[in-house]
Amino acid sequence: MLFSWDLLIQGFADALTWSNLLWAFVGCLVGTLIGVLPGIGPSAGIAILLPLTTMIPPTSGIIMMAAIYYGAMYGGSTTAIVVNIPGEASSVPTCIDGYEMAKQGRAGAALGISAISSFVAGTLGLVGLTFFAPLLANVALAFGPPEYFALMFMGLSLVISLSGRALLKGLIAMSLGLLASLIGQNPLTGAVRLTFGWLDLMAGVSFISVIIGLFAISEVMINVEAAATLIYETKIKGWMPTWKEIRQCFGAMLRSTGIGFFLGLLPGCAPAVTTFIAYDVEKRFSKTPERFGKGAIEGVAAPEGANNATTSGGFVPLFAFGLPTGPALAVLLGGLMMYGLQPGPMLFQQNPKFVWAVIASMYIGNVILLVLNLPLVGFWARIALIPFPILGPIIILCCVIGAYSIRFLMFDVWITLVFGVIGYLMRKLSFPIAPMVLATVLAPMLETSLQQSLLISLGSPFIFFTRPIAAFFMALAFLSILRGIWIQVRTHAPEIAIDESDD
Amino acid sequence: MKKSNVGMLFALLFLVALGVGPGSRTAWSEPAKSFPTRQLTYLVCFDPGGQSDREARRQAPLLEKFLGQNVIIDYKIGGGGALGWRVLTKAKPDGYTFAGFNIPHVILQPLQQDVGYKTEEIVPLFIFHKTPLALAVLETSPFKTLKDLIDHAKKNPYLVSVGGSGAYTGYHMATLRFEKLIGAKLTYVPYTGAAPQMTSFLGGHLVAVFGASDDLTRYRDKVRILGFATDKRFPGFPDVPTLKEQGIDMVEGVDRGVAVPPGTPPDVIKKLEAAFMDIASKPEFQEEQRKNGFIPLAIGHEEGKEYLKRMTALYTEIFAEVKKR
Repeated sequence: MLFSWDLLIQGFADALTWSNLLWAFVGCLVGTLIGVLPGIGPSAGIAILLPLTTMIPPTSGIIMMAAIYYGAMYGGSTTAIVVNIPGEASSVPTCIDGYEMAKQGRAGAALGISAISSFVAGTLGLVGLTFFAPLLANVALAFGPPEYFALMFMGLSLVISLSGRALLKGLIAMSLGLLASLIGQNPLTGAVRLTFGWLDLMAGVSFISVIIGLFAISEVMINVEAAATLIYETKIKGWMPTWKEIRQCFGAMLRSTGIGFFLGLLPGCAPAVTTFIAYDVEKRFSKTPERFGKGAIEGVAAPEGANNATTSGGFVPLFAFGLPTGPALAVLLGGLMMYGLQPGPMLFQQNPKFVWAVIASMYIGNVILLVLNLPLVGFWARIALIPFPILGPIIILCCVIGAYSIRFLMFDVWITLVFGVIGYLMRKLSFPIAPMVLATVLAPMLETSLQQSLLISLGSPFIFFTRPIAAFFMALAFLSILRGIWIQVRTHAPEIAIDESDD
Repeated sequence: MKKSNVGMLFALLFLVALGVGPGSRTAWSEPAKSFPTRQLTYLVCFDPGGQSDREARRQAPLLEKFLGQNVIIDYKIGGGGALGWRVLTKAKPDGYTFAGFNIPHVILQPLQQDVGYKTEEIVPLFIFHKTPLALAVLETSPFKTLKDLIDHAKKNPYLVSVGGSGAYTGYHMATLRFEKLIGAKLTYVPYTGAAPQMTSFLGGHLVAVFGASDDLTRYRDKVRILGFATDKRFPGFPDVPTLKEQGIDMVEGVDRGVAVPPGTPPDVIKKLEAAFMDIASKPEFQEEQRKNGFIPLAIGHEEGKEYLKRMTALYTEIFAEVKKR
């Protein structure tokens, strides 16, 4: 695939026709809504709308489906900020500082910065997709099982900084997350584990169940217990972030674009992974890391930028090789194939008009989303003003629908409720929740890549240190672990139980 | 109360399915003329957007036209398809629920462990295509022929990594059979699906793969196919010899079809079979299948039952041998 201005301009001309604009708008709107609803992710959203492909032409159809995908990244932050419930797995880190800001009456500012950061990072990511796709396409191929293992291992080491000073509790939460994801069949061999003979458990526990349960259900339980009339008492101070804050977040937006985009090129690095890494990097870059977890605006800008950049990055291997980097893009790929478009190396040569129209539409879609989301900030921020006896049941309803939409199984709903109880207990005992979520997100890939690597190396663990990319990530991981231990030792207080990064 | 009713219903259905068996015209079945009188459910046991889903979506509108009723697609995903097939075998055998199924998956899964259904409970309605497997290396690989690879493998036991999708799958069986026939040790590396398998392969992290014909068709300019595990040469790659031609007697592939629960009345099966036969006999369907790298088939209920039985015997034997090692 080679870039040419002619093709890009032609793409814009195609994307700007009335019908394509309309479908882009529909996609953005549906995407935002899917993002707002906890549990219903972009893959379920696109899957539900797949039958439309028989009715609308290919370019419009794919424009719409792509818009749902990146639109969901805009919407996902909304409930994370306003009511501490991530609308998508990728918005989990947004909760940490976003909800703090909301409690301080700054929900509007947090929502505003997340829309702006999403726009900046999404658009910069598209620039990367437009101009550097041929150079970058091979990044996805450079990662074999050992590289993935090293990357996931580094991801897991973030637990140390996510746990704050409650390291032991953080590690326990992480272990619980890893344990939960072991339930069911081994993803490679199909061997059944931890099901105690219960066939329903064979399909395993989806991390979406874990997230909805731990965050949303337990949040409602805590509020019911406190007989809350409002989710939090607040006086809303200002609807928008100030210029000073936007400038302050500029570095975070650029860094998160870089992280999100490059990790987005890799299959398996769904936005859920990159947002955690972007949040952690921002905390380390900050001159005042102690503000993180207490309502730092950069802590909202970073993950929200990263997830949008990740979606842009994911289109590089999709268009270049027909390789989906995550479930949502896999469904999109299915859509392409239903139209008889054969994704793969030949797509750019055989259907350049189509590909460039979709890319151009994504620039337009990002503008639509910014225009759509900024005026809605006031509306979303007012969710918190809904009396809790009404808001609580609505949240539970959304959670149940979301949990069901994972695999269309009632079983997942029950699992979600179980994790709600676990989340409630964790909050009561002040265990951090984020490490558990991170562990369940990373575990399947961690496990499969470890198994594959050791098969290839005939059992030798040196495979993780002899390959340059893998060695680089392993070094980062060990540095991060050593640093965490050093901080614990230095403060002589390994068990300050009050955890700062959660709630 | 409601729940126990449902339980009773299942128990009754089970009796009908197991005890009374097929052929018995019970009060459950409706006369063929009126079938179907309401909407039908097409179960897809794999992720939306995957091959099984795409086939179902292509077929659904044509089925609706033929049967005059709505066909909705429902997903039951998990355990490499096992979860959905378990649901199918427990569904009411009235023809209103049918599911996409794959051979050898429905044979190998129950052989490996208790997955909640038995191969005999999967009643083939129609088999619509075959995806043969082929042994391939990258286009840039030093192994130009099958002989090169075999010689290398014999000299370097376990150093030839062969990627495939899943364990105890057609890919895995193919590798194990190949190993045995050439008398060398390989390292089989399973992936969670065909997409990650091909990604890793294209990135040069594996020496070879047993790949499905549709995937190999998609990346035909990047791969070198050393041999197809087919009886005859694969039409999409007429220049590539079969493994058989090269003295390695093995045939391996995945068949996709549609199945009904045990105990479905024969007249209902006939009607559904006719609908699928109508789709499969369309030239544009066959053309589409070939273009995507499949071999279009049109195997009906009776023949399909025989075929599944034959394949079950074959795989049971292979599996027993594999387990011994």
